[in-house]
Amino acid sequence: MKLRLVSAVLSALILALAVGVWHLATLAKGGPAAADSEYAKLVGAQAAAGAKSAFPTPADLGRKLVEHARDPFYDRGPNDKGIGVQLAYSIGRVLLGFAAAALIAIPGGFLIGMSPLVYRALDPFIQVLKPISPLAWMPLALFTLKDSDISAVFVIFVCSIWPMLINTAFGVASVRREWLNVARTLEVSPVRKAFAVILPAAAPTILTGMRISIGIAWLVIVAAEMLVGGTGIGYFVWNEWNNLSIANILAGILAIGLVGMALDFLVGRLQKSVTYVE
Amino acid sequence: MSLFGSCACGRHGSKAEHDLALAEERMVEEAVMRALLPHDGLRRRFLGAVGASTAFAALSALFPLGAAKEAFAQGTGGRIEKPKLKVGFIPITCATPIIMAKPMGFYAKHGLDVDVVKTAGWAVIRDKTLNKEYDAAHMLSPMPLAITLGAGATAVPYTMPAVENVNGQAITLATRHKARRDPKTWKGFKFAVPFDYSMHNYLLRYYVAEHGLDPDRDIQIRSVPPPEMVANLRADNIDGFLAPDPVNQRAVYDGVGFIHTLSKEIWDGHPCCAFAASKEFVQGMPNTYRALLKAIIDATAYARKADNRKEIAAAIAPANYLNQPVTVVEQVLTGTFADGLGNVRKVPDRIDFDPFPWHSFAVWILTQMKRWGQIKGEVDYQSVAREVFLATDAAKLMAEVGLTPPQSTYKSFSIMGRSFDPMKPRDYVDSFAIKRA
Repeated sequence: MKLRLVSAVLSALILALAVGVWHLATLAKGGPAAADSEYAKLVGAQAAAGAKSAFPTPADLGRKLVEHARDPFYDRGPNDKGIGVQLAYSIGRVLLGFAAAALIAIPGGFLIGMSPLVYRALDPFIQVLKPISPLAWMPLALFTLKDSDISAVFVIFVCSIWPMLINTAFGVASVRREWLNVARTLEVSPVRKAFAVILPAAAPTILTGMRISIGIAWLVIVAAEMLVGGTGIGYFVWNEWNNLSIANILAGILAIGLVGMALDFLVGRLQKSVTYVE
Repeated sequence: MSLFGSCACGRHGSKAEHDLALAEERMVEEAVMRALLPHDGLRRRFLGAVGASTAFAALSALFPLGAAKEAFAQGTGGRIEKPKLKVGFIPITCATPIIMAKPMGFYAKHGLDVDVVKTAGWAVIRDKTLNKEYDAAHMLSPMPLAITLGAGATAVPYTMPAVENVNGQAITLATRHKARRDPKTWKGFKFAVPFDYSMHNYLLRYYVAEHGLDPDRDIQIRSVPPPEMVANLRADNIDGFLAPDPVNQRAVYDGVGFIHTLSKEIWDGHPCCAFAASKEFVQGMPNTYRALLKAIIDATAYARKADNRKEIAAAIAPANYLNQPVTVVEQVLTGTFADGLGNVRKVPDRIDFDPFPWHSFAVWILTQMKRWGQIKGEVDYQSVAREVFLATDAAKLMAEVGLTPPQSTYKSFSIMGRSFDPMKPRDYVDSFAIKRA
């Protein structure tokens, strides 16, 4: 208990230190207003003083965060939606692509794991396809699927399938021989064996694969949405980059981090619930 | 959905409409054929000897059958086939007519419900339009030519029914180059342009080449999406760019660059961006196409008037469209702007709007594609210009919204003192000392 308290205090201190350094580094330097007032009205405050526009202060970010938190779900047309709506689009895409990948990867991994022959035959393909950056598929997906929304989901699908497939296969292949032998002795049907013996035994490994996958999927969706635009938190960041609004970009980054953490936490919970002690 | 009632080509609501449209096209073809060969027996023998489709193909080489069919379809003024449309745009002031037509109600006025969708870059807008996610789009005026010729993309017949803006670009340099205003001192500079197939690329190349620099050897030109340009200039990754606004003005606003020269000072009245659509859309949904084009030309006519510019700036600056501070957009549209060197300049025609797709513009663009080796081999300049730049339609609709279309589709102009004769494109390409052709 004491450790937890101390670590919480330490975390708070680190945060305060970081914000403090940031605040000091971005303090407005009160330079002289170099230009005449007519000119100064036409340019930003820093440019009027003969400097480049500055990095936002922590207070700027705070104001933006309050603004977004106050009205996260507004919808003012196809190109201007609240940060909550954008996050919902991104989460939707991730879950769709992730679910499709799970539907294929888990049964596929089962088959591969149960048969050493299939394992060896498919291994070279998996090894070649696995390291390809999912974004490299994007132009190909746009060209063949002819729909940017489906392409984004496809990219998520491609990036989340490999960790799940490999982990499932590995988990299934490494179920303890004794348990399988017991099942054989009891003359359990193959279907029952798969569900009653192999699945519970391999579940922790499968869930580890799913946890890796959802993490990668969340990393990739931001980049994919920056590329194709339209909706989503990646598009939000891109749109604010367009506006050179660093404070908004920081707000977007923070939101991405929080959602990523939440997704990981949820799958982590699920993982814990299937873990067993031998 | 009934199997028999649906349209075979997918462009019409039902089989009946499909058949009607086909019948109309055939009618026009036959009317033209009859006018050319009025003697019945002779015409039938001619058609019998070479086959009808060959005959019409030969005919279309002589007579713009496509244009005749379009004109015919427009004459009927029928029902709008698809009132809900998606039009893509890049957030720059060049797209002003396409964007403003939404918040200022020009689309609604012409019976359309249009969503204007912000897009990340030119390659994406091209792909989304080719995918038919967008019905039509804002493009750079060389793009429809490049797409039609298959340069940098799969060849798809494309059309450009209207120019969006003339002028409105600028060369911006990083603030640290304040003292290096003579282009001869730019050796080794890194420049950004929005796209390879852009007026920006051709104008920058032209400008430095006229000052004796080879744009491929003496400087570096890279293609960077407009939103990333200011960030790159700020990070000293590039020395300058020839970019669309509000990028130039934004660089000044953020104190990272100054406006070296407006594109107007290189070639006054040059075209820049365009409203583009596939030939399939233009011919398959003639009434929708006509209403859309009319809405945009109507908006363009409104944008021409200097008095309306402030109101337009306020309409297109919000996050839904350009996502820029209003003052930046206003400085671009009104032409009263800070130049980044401490001066306030007043150039009312810094950007102007003129929808007419001059065929001579297309020919000039093609000469530059040829000059810099983007297209190889022989180019039939005039016929490509006629196929892609739909001047007849624009002229007709311009007259309807109270603009005066020009009588001819060709005009000569001069760029930095060098005159261009659209009838002699080959001589023009040959006349340059610095070229890749």
